[in-house]
Amino acid sequence: MKVTRKDVETVAVLSRLEMDEAAMDKFTGQFNAILDYVDMLSKVDTEGVEPTAHVLNLKNVMRTDEVKPSLSRDQALSNAPEQEDGYFKVPKIIDN
Amino acid sequence: MAYEVVIGLEVHTELKTKSKIFCGCSTTFGASQNTNVCPVCLGLPGVLPVFNAKVLEFAVRTGLALNCEILPFSKFDRKNYYYPDLPKNFQTSQYDLPIAVNGHLDIEVNGETRRIGITRVHMEEDAGKLVHAGSVTKSDYALVDYNRTGVPLLEIVSEPDIRSEEEAKAYLEKIKAILQYVDVSDCKMEEGSLRCDANISLRPEGATKFGTKSELKNLNSFKAVQKGLEYETLRQTDILEDGGKVIQETRSWDDAKGVTLTMRNKEQAEDYRYFPEPDLVPIVVDPVWVEEVRKNLPELPEARKARLMNDYGLSSYDAEMITTSRAMADYYDAAVAAGADAKLAANWLMGEVSRSLNNAAQSIESCPVTPEKLAGLIALIAKGTISGKIAKTVLEGMWSSGKDAAAIVQEEGLVQISNEGEIIAIVERILAANPQSVADFKAGKEKAIGFLVGQVMKETKGRANPEVVNKLLRERM
Repeated sequence: MKVTRKDVETVAVLSRLEMDEAAMDKFTGQFNAILDYVDMLSKVDTEGVEPTAHVLNLKNVMRTDEVKPSLSRDQALSNAPEQEDGYFKVPKIIDN
Repeated sequence: MAYEVVIGLEVHTELKTKSKIFCGCSTTFGASQNTNVCPVCLGLPGVLPVFNAKVLEFAVRTGLALNCEILPFSKFDRKNYYYPDLPKNFQTSQYDLPIAVNGHLDIEVNGETRRIGITRVHMEEDAGKLVHAGSVTKSDYALVDYNRTGVPLLEIVSEPDIRSEEEAKAYLEKIKAILQYVDVSDCKMEEGSLRCDANISLRPEGATKFGTKSELKNLNSFKAVQKGLEYETLRQTDILEDGGKVIQETRSWDDAKGVTLTMRNKEQAEDYRYFPEPDLVPIVVDPVWVEEVRKNLPELPEARKARLMNDYGLSSYDAEMITTSRAMADYYDAAVAAGADAKLAANWLMGEVSRSLNNAAQSIESCPVTPEKLAGLIALIAKGTISGKIAKTVLEGMWSSGKDAAAIVQEEGLVQISNEGEIIAIVERILAANPQSVADFKAGKEKAIGFLVGQVMKETKGRANPEVVNKLLRERM
């Protein structure tokens, strides 16, 4: 699979990332290098191997429905770049 | 040209577990902002979610009640999108292997039964809540409360089998009833524990190919679902009749203005880049356990409706009204079990009791008159101790004082007078005082007797047995 510049632009838009032309070229190259590397996996013979959804051979890891203590609001907000009235404050969202 | 409306609904319901789907934070509605949050639901780096077993049980119960097949192997996936209501920048949901598929439910509209297919039921986490300072469009920032983030949700997706806004409403009511019967959700649309999106398109009658659809969001009440779909049907009909083309887009229902508005079109459509959630392992359900859950399902609305019709002789309409809400049906069964006449109980429950609940903005769960006490009142009516009219006054007294019907009737001397001897004197006095009405009646005016009965009732403060009064008046004229 070949990643085009257009793909990188699309992913940047979806990820709300702004980047200049140079970065766009750089990431297009890096994306392709990563995919080429991972593509080695397609050389493995998977004849007779069941598809898997997870790398660990585990299933049904669950907890019982019990309430555990939450963080205090001050703790919860302690990493927030901005806050107001006990809320996380974020930039304007709808921009059209 | 005549068009056929094609509708599919996506219903989201919050499950009433105590804790969130992947962490131990409380799910209590209305808690102070950002107090039910922890590193997991805030999406802090390095945390690991652990799945709440109760969510699986609720999902399986719902899937079975909706006649679905439960998939033996199911998994979670990441749905990636960037919006501040999701601190992780992805929602943990289910993509290609949901917990339940291929179900259906039957709805009744205008006396006709229609089967609506259920494509799938999947488990996911709810997102947080944005509070906008000022309006959404004018404010230059938003405030976020993450208490709701991670509250367990089920998404129930229907096939495009719905053909009108009435059917959409009936479907939604049925879903709500079933979710309440299997006791997995409060289904309070006003608190957002039941939400609905709709896909709607038109096609020429008789056509088999679907038209271009629009997706409607923000349908926050049963009325909004109906009105939004009605508006969208007209909007698309106008476009097609003018020879235009409907554009595939997401539209938002504006309840105040009564219109739908473009949110985003196909080009701007989200690309969610789903992939399997590496932090959660697959779910493999034991078919023996699934059968156990099936066996323990409560009686569902349809079965209950049939029982009320068969056992108590209620009409289809009455049985439907009572069984639409599980709490109402439970109340009814309890009243009948306490000895109430089945038909009188149905009339009183749908009549005076419902009216009083509406006036007091109360739900049947918090009705101050218990089913046993209502049965006591109905017994007094059935025995003829009090008239139906007096019973309304007694019910008011029971409502405010919490006393038994019999006690109120005793204390206030409301026992119906059926003894002719006690009524004769009053009847004679009324006849003597109203010669004109007597003359009118004798001249053939049947109506005149109504006035005379009314006068006797007034004199006895409503306690005289109206049938006895009627009989005595006629005998004496």
